[in-house]
Order: sequence, then C-alpha cells, then structure tokens
Amino acid sequence: MGKSKIAIAISITLMLISYALLMTKGLNYGIDFAGGTIVQVKYDGKAPIEKMREKLKSNPLFADASITEFGSPDEVIIRMKTSSKDVQQDIGDIVRKQLEGTGKFEIRRVDIVGPKVGSELREKGLMAMFLAIASILVYVAFRFEWRFAVASIFALVHDVSIALGFISLFAIDVNLDVLAALLTLLGYSLNDTIIVFDRIREGIVKSKENSLDAIINESITKTLSRTTLTSLTTFFVVLTLFLFGGEIIHAFSFTMLVGIIVGTYSSIFVASPILMWLGFDVKSYRAKLAEKAKREAEKEKMRAQYEGGMV
Amino acid sequence: MKLNYRVIIFGLALLFGIAFSVPSLLNTSWGKKVTLGLDLQGGLHMLLGVKTDEAVKSHTKSIAASIKRFAQKNDILIDELKFGPKSVDFTLLDSDDKKAIEEYLKGIKGVKVAFNGERVHVELTPKAMEETKKHAIDQAIETIRNRLDQFGLSEPLVAKQGDGSILVELAGIKSAEDEQRARELISRAARLELMAVDEDRADRVYAMTPEEAAEYGDVILEDVKNPKKKYLVKEIPIIEGDMLTDAHVGFDQNNRPVIDFTLNAEGAEIFGDFTGKNVGKRLAIVLDGKVYSDPRINERIGGGSGQISGNYTVVEAKDLAIALRSGALLAPIYMMEKRSVGPSLGADSIKASMIALISGFVLVMVFMVLYYRMAGVIANIALVANLFLILAVMALFGATLTLPGMAGIVLTVGMAVDANVIINERIRELLYEGASVHKAIEEGYSNAMSAILDANITTLIAAVVLYVYGTGAIKGFAITMSIGILASMLTAILGTHGIYEMLEKKIARSKDLHFWFGIKA
Repeated sequence: MGKSKIAIAISITLMLISYALLMTKGLNYGIDFAGGTIVQVKYDGKAPIEKMREKLKSNPLFADASITEFGSPDEVIIRMKTSSKDVQQDIGDIVRKQLEGTGKFEIRRVDIVGPKVGSELREKGLMAMFLAIASILVYVAFRFEWRFAVASIFALVHDVSIALGFISLFAIDVNLDVLAALLTLLGYSLNDTIIVFDRIREGIVKSKENSLDAIINESITKTLSRTTLTSLTTFFVVLTLFLFGGEIIHAFSFTMLVGIIVGTYSSIFVASPILMWLGFDVKSYRAKLAEKAKREAEKEKMRAQYEGGMV
Repeated sequence: MKLNYRVIIFGLALLFGIAFSVPSLLNTSWGKKVTLGLDLQGGLHMLLGVKTDEAVKSHTKSIAASIKRFAQKNDILIDELKFGPKSVDFTLLDSDDKKAIEEYLKGIKGVKVAFNGERVHVELTPKAMEETKKHAIDQAIETIRNRLDQFGLSEPLVAKQGDGSILVELAGIKSAEDEQRARELISRAARLELMAVDEDRADRVYAMTPEEAAEYGDVILEDVKNPKKKYLVKEIPIIEGDMLTDAHVGFDQNNRPVIDFTLNAEGAEIFGDFTGKNVGKRLAIVLDGKVYSDPRINERIGGGSGQISGNYTVVEAKDLAIALRSGALLAPIYMMEKRSVGPSLGADSIKASMIALISGFVLVMVFMVLYYRMAGVIANIALVANLFLILAVMALFGATLTLPGMAGIVLTVGMAVDANVIINERIRELLYEGASVHKAIEEGYSNAMSAILDANITTLIAAVVLYVYGTGAIKGFAITMSIGILASMLTAILGTHGIYEMLEKKIARSKDLHFWFGIKA
C-alpha cells in the first residue's frame, strides 16, 4: 500500500483539475438539455462551410448558428440555440431552402428540442443520476457494510468527476447518451470495486493477518489479474466502439472509454484506502461476521427442535 | 462425456436463440423480426402540443353560427352577434322572442345564459371548456391518425403522452421533402368554411381596418394565392367543414385539379336555403382562413355539393382531400420536439455498429483463446450463444433495436466474458493450490458466483434507472444491456459450467493444464 500515497496524489490532482475545468470551461450542453436545433448535412464532396455560413447569415433565425465538421470533411453539423414550433415548416426545412445553391447535399438528420422538453430532460437526467447513486449505495451497504458503501461512493464520485473533466476538456457535447454512459459506468465500475471488496471480505475471514492494510494488500494482489482482465475485455469492445462505431455515438463511446480506464484505476487504488480512513476495524468486523454465523446456527437449532416437537 | 442438466439447458437455449434470430438475420418472410428503431431505419419522431384555447374559440364560433341559423329559420331578429374566446353575445331585438330563444339556448350543452335587458350573454362553463380542450386533444390524435393512415406509410404511431401532448412516429420516410409533406398533412387545419361576402361594403375592404370590419360583423381575409387581394366576408360562416361527407380530387373544364365536395343532409339544406336567398351575391370558399375562390351564386344549389378550385398540383390536391375527409383539426398543433433521421444515415449507423460489434467480438475472442486456451474457447462458445439469445429475445418480445441499443450489445460482449474471466481465474488459483480438477471447477464456480452476482446486479440497477428515465433511444440501450446481462448468466455461467462438467473426466485424465486453462506449466 506504499503505492497508495502516489495513487491518492494522482487521484486528487486529477479531480482538482477536473473541477477547475468544470467551473471555468464548463460543460458543453447538447440540445437534449439546452434545447435548440441540429441539422446534419452531407455533401457530395467536401462541404463548402464558408459558402454555407454566408447563405445562412442572411436569415436572422440563424444568427447564432455554428457549423462544424462531423466525422468527415463532407459532413457537417449546423447547430442553433433556437427551435421552431411550426410543424408545417420547421427550421430544418428553412435550412434546406437557405442552402440551395451551395452544392449537392442531403439532409441526414434534424433534431429539434423545444425549451419545455429540454427542461424536462434536464430534470429527468438529474433524477436518474440521483436515483442510481442512491440505489447503489443501499445495495452495497446491504451486501457488505456501510463503510464499504461509502468507500465505493467515493470511488464513483472520483470516476465520474474525472470523466466529466475529460468531457469538459475535449468539449464533448453532453446529451442523453453521455448521461447513459455515465450511468452505465456507475453500474459497471462498481463491479471492479465489488470484486476487490469481495476478496477483502473473504480475506478478512480467512486471513491470519489482523491489520487491514496487510489484508487489503493481499486481496488486491490476488484480484489484480481479475480486475485488470475484466476491464481489459470491456476496454477492447469500448475501443472498437470508439474507433468504428461512427460519429453519432462518439460522445457515448468517449465517455465509456475514459470511464473504464479511470474506473479500473480507482477500484484498485482508491476504494480500499478510503475503507481504512473510515476507521474500518478488522477485528470488530470479524466479530460481527462471527456473531451473524452464531445467530444463524441458533436459528437452525430452534428449527430442528421445533420440528422434533420439543418446543 | 456425460450429459448433465446444465449443458442440456444451454444446448436448448442455443437452439432457441438461433431459431428465433434467423428471421431477423436472414430477413426471411416468416417469423417475428426485430423492430429497427427510427434512428436505424430512418423516420420521424415528433412530440406535438395542442393549442387547446383555439379549440374553445372554435366551439364558441360554432355556437354563434348555430344561433344565427336558428334565428334566421324562425324569423327571430337578432343583431350584433359576436363571439369571443369563451362566450357569444347578441342583441335580441324583439322581447317576444325571448321564450323561443331561451328554449333553444337550453338545448345547447355546457353554457350559462344571462339576459341583460336586450343583450344575451352565452358563456361556456369551465367544465365545458375543459371537456372541449380534452376533446380537442383526442380529436387531434384521431384526425392525425386518419390522415397518416391514408398517406401510405407503414403503421404510423400516434399516441397520447401524459400531459396532453401527442407522440407521432413514422418509419421509413424516404426524403426530407416527403417528411415535410407528411408534416404538412398532419398539421394543416383543413378547416373549410363557406362564408358570405358582404356585398354592401365589399368595395371598401382595402380602406377598412380589422376593427372597423368587426363592428360590422365582418372579417377581412386574404386570397390564398395573392396575399394583397382582400375580401370582406361575414364573420359567421354559413357552412362549416363538419358538414362535409366527402371530398375528392376532380378536374375542371380546363383539366386543372379541383376538390369536389359533398355536404350532408343538414348542410345541403342550409346551403340550398342560403343560395336560394342570395342569388347574385358572392360566396367565399375559405380554407384555413384563406379565400380560395369567391364564385357568384347564379341560382339555388340544392344538390349539396360544390367545388374548390385553386392553383395546386394533383399531389397537393390529393393531400388536401385527405385532410378534408379526415376532418378539421379543432385546434392548431405545434412542435415540441422532433427527431428525424434520413434512411442513408440509418443504413450508415447500422454498418458502423456492425463493424464495431464484429471487431470487438473478434478482439475479445482472440484474447480469450490466447490467454485461457480451451477455457477461452468454451467461454467464446457461450458468448456466441449469448448474442443469438439477445437477438432472439428481442425479436420475440417485439423490442426495438436502436443505435444505442447496438452499443449495448457491443458492451455486453465485453461484460459477458467478465464472468468467465472471474471463474477461470478462480479455477486457476485453486489448481495452483493443488486442488483436483473436479474440486477446482466446482469451488471455482461457487466462489465466483457472489462476485458475479453483485457485479451484474449493480449494472442492472443502472440499466433499470436508464429505462425508467430515458427517452426512446436510451431505453433501447437499457433493454439490450439488461437482456445481455441476464442471458450471460445463462450462457457464460450455467452453460460453461455444464460444458466443463461434461468434459471433466477428459480434463482430469489429460493432465495438460496449459491446454485446458492456459496455465503456465
């Protein structure tokens, strides 16, 4: 656990950088949460972005429109903060007309999110985040012990913070799919943490050691291969998703990629030290487990006596 | 090699998986296939709101029209008939008619009548307004569904969402122009009104303000082709669109498309009476508040039918006829959210996710074999079965596969093998400690179970939350991941355990642990 000092230092540094980024640069909210319009246009050949800007400028509706390349030079995304309410002719139709003469193009996708829907999705997103963390906290406390639960929440907060830091750094569009990736990471990165905790719990019962430090060391060493290997297989698929999955789920796969790397790291180097800080006492936990075993044995005896007709 | 219950269940699951995925994979004409989400097959998803206040206003307009007809029919003199956002007012000129009017107004549901001297005030009760609003939403859903059914697309989805918004989903739209056509069809009010031109004041229409016109009980309308041309018509229509029984495309003497419409019995009678009394005057044919034509009445028209001419193409006329037949939208609809994906993007998305799936799959499989040898091969067999199972279950339950859903399947490939990694590591550990093959396998599985169970449950918790709070595409992700995890418990755990049980004796005899578990000798 000597490495733990270095590991904690790295973690805290990364977390601080992430928080700094979040507070200054902030998150690039996508239209799911901020409302607005997205029009995805593909040209036959390189997209004439300058010409497009010129044509769009003439209409005040597109005053704040931004045009960025999307995956390849012939495809672009036009993004606006405004949305339209008219069904017969929406912003997508107007863009289509406005771009006439810039070349041969196809409108591949139009997403329009009105302000009411945007705020609803924000609410839902927050509720989902909150509910997921709460349920997981309850579940881990129930399966292990409250200190384990708190330690795992710390690890999760660590993971999510750093993931968000990277998302902010690379100006990734935060939409519902990024939220989905974060929630999946919550569930998944907990796997690793639980594998280690499970081993620690087993170590506590079986090991001759009394110092938590030594038991943790033992357990982590034993589970190192498990943790890294399971993360490796998932990392493989997330990598292929990131490389080949296409631009549309790019934000999702990026978040997953960062999350898996950070999550594995935190399961090994972050969760366990926190357990120690929380004053986890090996002897009393062993005693508690022994108590539990004794009570179970008592119940069995009672049951046997009852069935034998004695009580 | 003995068969055991585990491997039998696994075998059955594998057969089941293959059998029910075949229709989707080979695109056969039989069997249930997986439904592709709109983001994969191309289509339109819209959340629409209804301006219910307008519906209430139309309701008062209708009441005003019927009061006017009743008065004219029974020679009751009324004046200054006006309708507002929730009430109708008029002056009763002869107090002897009060009883007759009262009787008639009693027959109108949901209104409160007040007499102030000569003025009569007819107001909608709050309950009636609520009902009108609710009815407007239901009617909008019905109307949109009718129109889309005739549009010729496969199975449009039109449904009410919680707070009175309407969900519309159309799959398989081929181009942006087609999509706009569909939207126009859905949203046009298609409100047909036949209104009398105010011949006494018509020549003053360009000098009049809307307020002045209102004082005369008139309204100024624009021509549909030329917004500069204006008409002065009596505010209260003679005939309204709900009296139409049919509308279809026909051709006039110049072979231009027109809409031929037919009125019901009541409408035919009113039409006949009106034309009979107003020969020589003009009748404005108004659609959605714009005047399409104002033919002069040459004689009494008893047949209850007419023609709407205008400068439209055959396609536009057909769409207009569909809209008229389906009935007018009582209240205008507006867009709250729209997601539309073109078919080419859908196809590209499928291709991209398939490449990701296959390459991820191959990468994981190669790794498992290299690191675990035969144990890896066994895990890979389970993985293949897992994929078939996911597809089969989705096809059977009619679940929709979205782009995030595909990502979920790719993720499952990585997560399903996790169980095998945990089990294999455990087995290796036990073999190192000197346990027999049988003991290593049995204890390996039982020890690993608690960790695998916890791991899967936490991921499932996340998936459930995502399903509850996510939108359509995200729900797809939650579904494929959940099915994948549950299926993996069947294949990666039960299935591989069964295979090991079957091969146990062989493994014990061979003593080549490197071949079977990749252990360095």
